[in-house]
Amino acid sequence: MPFIPHTEEDIAEMLASIGAKSIEDLFDEIPDELVSGELTGVPSGLSELEITRLMMERANQDGFYQNYIGAGAYEHHIPAAVWQITTRGEFYSSYTPYQAEASQGTLQLLYEYQSMMASLTGMDVSNASMYDGATALAEAALMAVRSHKTSRRILIPKTVHPVYRQVVRAIVSNQKIEVVELPFNTQTGQLDPASLAQFANDEFAALVIPQPNFFGVLEQADALTDWAHSKNALAIGVVNPTALALLTPPGEWGSKGADIAVGEGQPLGIPLSSGGPYFGFMACKNELVRQMPGRIIGRTTDLDGKEGFVLTLQAREQHIRRSKATSNICTNQGLMVTAATIYMSLTGPEGLRRIAAQSHANTLDLVEQLEKTGGVKRTFSGPTFHETALTLPKPAADVLAKLKQKGILGGFDLHAHYPELGNALLVCATETKTAADLQNYASALKQALG
Amino acid sequence: MLIFEHSRKGRRNYTQSPATPASKSAIPQNLLRKSKVLLPEVSEMDTVRHYTRLSQKNFSIDTEFYPLGSCTMKYNPRACNSLAMLPQFISRHPLAPEDTGQGFLACMYELQEILKSVTGMAGVSLTPMAGAQGELIGVMMIRAYHEARGDFARTEIIVPDAAHGTNPATAVMCGFKVVEIATDKDGNVDLDALKAAVGPQTAGLMLTNPSTLGVFEKNVAEMSRVVHAAGGLLYYDGANLNAVLGKVKPGDMGFDVIHINLHKTFSTPHGGGGPGSAPVGVAERLLPFMPIPIVAKEGDTYRWVTEKDKPQSIGRLSAHMGNAGVLLRAYIYVRLLGMQGMHRISEFATLNANYLMAELRKAGFEIAYPNRRASHEFIVTMKDIKDKTGVTAMNLAKRLLDKGYHAPTTYFPLLVPECLLIEPAETESKETLDAFVVSMKEILSEIESQPDMVKGAPHTMPVRKLDDVKAARELDLAWKPSA
Repeated sequence: MPFIPHTEEDIAEMLASIGAKSIEDLFDEIPDELVSGELTGVPSGLSELEITRLMMERANQDGFYQNYIGAGAYEHHIPAAVWQITTRGEFYSSYTPYQAEASQGTLQLLYEYQSMMASLTGMDVSNASMYDGATALAEAALMAVRSHKTSRRILIPKTVHPVYRQVVRAIVSNQKIEVVELPFNTQTGQLDPASLAQFANDEFAALVIPQPNFFGVLEQADALTDWAHSKNALAIGVVNPTALALLTPPGEWGSKGADIAVGEGQPLGIPLSSGGPYFGFMACKNELVRQMPGRIIGRTTDLDGKEGFVLTLQAREQHIRRSKATSNICTNQGLMVTAATIYMSLTGPEGLRRIAAQSHANTLDLVEQLEKTGGVKRTFSGPTFHETALTLPKPAADVLAKLKQKGILGGFDLHAHYPELGNALLVCATETKTAADLQNYASALKQALG
Repeated sequence: MLIFEHSRKGRRNYTQSPATPASKSAIPQNLLRKSKVLLPEVSEMDTVRHYTRLSQKNFSIDTEFYPLGSCTMKYNPRACNSLAMLPQFISRHPLAPEDTGQGFLACMYELQEILKSVTGMAGVSLTPMAGAQGELIGVMMIRAYHEARGDFARTEIIVPDAAHGTNPATAVMCGFKVVEIATDKDGNVDLDALKAAVGPQTAGLMLTNPSTLGVFEKNVAEMSRVVHAAGGLLYYDGANLNAVLGKVKPGDMGFDVIHINLHKTFSTPHGGGGPGSAPVGVAERLLPFMPIPIVAKEGDTYRWVTEKDKPQSIGRLSAHMGNAGVLLRAYIYVRLLGMQGMHRISEFATLNANYLMAELRKAGFEIAYPNRRASHEFIVTMKDIKDKTGVTAMNLAKRLLDKGYHAPTTYFPLLVPECLLIEPAETESKETLDAFVVSMKEILSEIESQPDMVKGAPHTMPVRKLDDVKAARELDLAWKPSA
């Protein structure tokens, strides 16, 4: 019996202790008419050898590609130690650290994670993580509305990841919160400050500021933050954690800094894995901490005055407040955060800065080489981090299909989400790409366009 | 000691980042970061040692018996992890074309089909990233269903008072008013209270069955009839599906929408608090509203179902497709178990729970619902012990840590005073349960002979009882370098 240790003798002794004749008797409170038959939709069990063969076959069927797609999930080198330590049973198979004294490993690690993320984002405090970047943004929007009190409107530029906008809308619309999308400047690829004039007399709870934005373009975050504050609204930064090693963090935007910073944590040591599990991060200013959803770890002392760590501010949470909680969330992405914390320790400040700088430089090189293939030009004039939109002389879908035949996933086709941009392709080259890789892509593109 | 306290200025891991600084940059000066990033500067060995040592301060399934009620802490097979982390799977970009991921998509499609068949539902979406998100998505579908019929008057969700806190919190996040109904003395939902609560304002009822009281809701068929007759829908919180898998299907009990906690019943790791994964299943009438993406099979080809296929969908609730890696682990687990193994889960979880309940009763503990079968969990109440000795359920829980056992769930469900919710998963052997009973008896005699020692527990953990009040009053949520 897979993963069940009971011998026949055990079963007999246990039933005798209970006073039941058979295991079936233990289900005698289930009304007969509800009892189902065999689970015929489930195939017979496999041995570990057999499942290994099956999964290897399926993995081999999928194979490997040279990847230049970013669009919210980024390929970075992951040090071997990250997942070897993360999958130690003591991290992998432990529960949410409700019993603090028996969970000091997880709790201290989460406190270290919160410290790292607070510094990286330039904010005062971080929570212990959210499901992913998209839901972290939705929770930030709810948080802004809770703290604003009078307005239930959020401004989100169309330069924010299109699926993030869908997720925000799906979640906040349940609470009758209005999401207003702001157009971008099609020359620069940035949120158009002129478009903000229409809100001169309106009230809103928050402005979302992506940095870099979905096109990889850097927004005028300082001016946007100050504008939001001048309107008595919160500024919510949506940021890439790798980029934060190079770019001004949200906590330092404008004269007062953004109020909430969120984003996708995947670039910090989490494999691409078809989209998950990843983790969302969320950090904020001190004055908003009681509005923040999710787990928060605090440092305290024990009966002997010795340092220790606990889940704190639990009065915000669903298991205490039930229908009055800040959110229904009752998990963080603990294991993913374990990996991210080890990743950030291994790279350190200088390593993360070099990874960010090399990703930026590789993307500059890639764009330069692709522009030489003829007919390819940058879609936008704004400065970029490690992704750039390119306008092709042919539909991106056709070009991508040809590149795929050469083992290259050439980027993200922007057409479905931004038809107004024509044949636009979003490319990303992280530190994982070599000069030879970039040349290989350029020559494949030349052929594909030829 | 914190990782930051191991840090030395200028120390760096040369193998873990580009050897030379990048030769070019086009980022405008005014956008460049000026402040330092306070990441530790530590060697690879220091990092490995530090986090290995931290891991050793944790209890885990791999090291201790974890009878944590309502959490289904069963063994997480190692093969599920190693095969889900095959390099082709983990290197696959979520936006890579479907034809480069047919192997992965086949696993996802088969998992959807298996979950449909074991729950008796018409459709399954794998996208929810945790139980609470599964609930949110389920309740959003209930709302979408009523609104699509032009019925905007259904503003209430009914929740039994024994429910997980996520149920009422979810209903409120979805914009509903929560109506709580009471539980009778045998642990069933009070049917009269339910009948009085339903009406044209009822959007639905959220129910966990077996309930968090560890008993099967006997009147579920009648409850289903009452709620449906009032025009409401039934939501099944799958937190305790482990107790009835292969015995009864939520679809057959009349539920319209369910979520399944893969990190419970399907043995994906809890990971110190996540990642979870909670696929939702729906009855026929909710199929149009399911969240996307979903995997479809056409001939021998798998593809994503999108907005185009499901224009009435409640939409997307994650940036990609949910927690793919967790779903792969669950898929591998169900294939290892197969049909027979799936039936045995609930059988042996129930056997373990009823055996442990019987043995603890013989040892002198008071069972909260002594006339009921345990499902896969049961409740011990310490009320009498507390009245006599002042020793609380929490004191006993902490003393169990000293004995090498993770504590049961304490003070939940809220309706049983001084309660311990105990769930011995099917992967635990009789010897483990017997040894646990011995320790519980020891604590019972310690409560008699040295109650103050028990009240001061734990005594053998890396730290003693921690000051929660100080943690909340003098918030210290991030390390700062000393000036």
